Amino acid sequence: MEHKAPIVRYFGLSFNLADMLMITIASAVVFLIAVLSTRKLAMKPTGVQNFMEWVMDFVKNIINSTMDWKTGGRFHILGITIIMYVFVANMLGLPFSIEINHTLWWKSPTADPGVTLTLAVLVVGLSHYYGVKMKGTAAYGKEFFKPFWFMFPIKIIEEFANTLTLGLRLYGNIYAGEILLALLAGGLAQSGHFGWLAAAVPMLAWQGFSVFVGAIQAFIFTMLTMVYLSHKVSTDH
Amino acid sequence: MKGVNYGVLTSSLVLGAAIHVNYGTILFQLVMFIILMSLLKKFAWGPLMGIMKEREDHVAGEITAAENSRQEAKKLLEEQRSLLKEARNDAQSLIESAKKQGDIQREEIIAASRTEAERIKEAARVEIELQKEKAVAAIREQVASLSVLIASKVIEKELSAADQDKLINEYIQEAGEKR
Repeated sequence: MEHKAPIVRYFGLSFNLADMLMITIASAVVFLIAVLSTRKLAMKPTGVQNFMEWVMDFVKNIINSTMDWKTGGRFHILGITIIMYVFVANMLGLPFSIEINHTLWWKSPTADPGVTLTLAVLVVGLSHYYGVKMKGTAAYGKEFFKPFWFMFPIKIIEEFANTLTLGLRLYGNIYAGEILLALLAGGLAQSGHFGWLAAAVPMLAWQGFSVFVGAIQAFIFTMLTMVYLSHKVSTDH
Repeated sequence: MKGVNYGVLTSSLVLGAAIHVNYGTILFQLVMFIILMSLLKKFAWGPLMGIMKEREDHVAGEITAAENSRQEAKKLLEEQRSLLKEARNDAQSLIESAKKQGDIQREEIIAASRTEAERIKEAARVEIELQKEKAVAAIREQVASLSVLIASKVIEKELSAADQDKLINEYIQEAGEKR
């Protein structure tokens, strides 16, 4: 629960080595899953290819529910990468955590607000970029004054609120899950045999629930990504 | 609760605590995500999307082909149906004409046989007539001789006893004389 983070400073920037390790691991896992499951591609899909295609169709449906495919098709790869990465990142912290000298090394990278907000800013930044690129600067600017000109400050606040909620929702869910797991494993389970037994059942239940929460959060993150993108790139709504 | 690093805890709870934000991690995450996305695009999603597109095209092609062959089959069926109809009509007309032909032939045969029968009857009648005449002639002849005979018999019968005696005597005399 209360752990030190392995923070080092280079070039005037602070790096959380544990987060960086976990980001790398999550990326590697996603990459391996994706590449291994697309090694033997066939017209008649089998096994893992079916799974990957299901994920693709799933993301495609998310995009289709927010904008038409002609506009949203270009975000397909972004969506699949986000949903896979966030899901894997959420899952990483569940089975165990590794703590060396009170320094937490193994955890979900998404249990860090910096990481989730980075993804959120990336998404919102992309939405602005594509808004300008696909609708032109004038149309993009006008969106801030619709439906009434005095909505402008609210629209500006909305952009920041979107970013913050998108990142912090994910962070909060995953971080809370890990805190509870750490409390059960690190506190209750270490207070004797009875405590170990008493911790086992809620531990199981909470891990199961965390898998559910992790999956749901990955879905929500992807869904909201597409919603924000469609708000910026769609011409009619 | 020992070893609490309040600084770190604060940094992970309070946003905008600028001095504790790990910009390095943020930068790292950003770069890693972009690298991951481009790698996945090149090695996983690209090929997978390619094969899915290919399959989509294949399926679309197959559907079009199926549609085409269905159309063709329909056309052929229509053609066959009309051919069958035609054949049926032909057969019908053939039967019809054959029936007509048969009727005509029957009529002809009947007429021919009727005339033939007529002819034979005629011939028979002529023959009969001829035979009858012949028979009548023969009978007439017979009758003539018979009548003569009968007449002679009758004449003989009409003779009285005296006459008869006289005749007998004549005959005896005759016979005697002759002898």
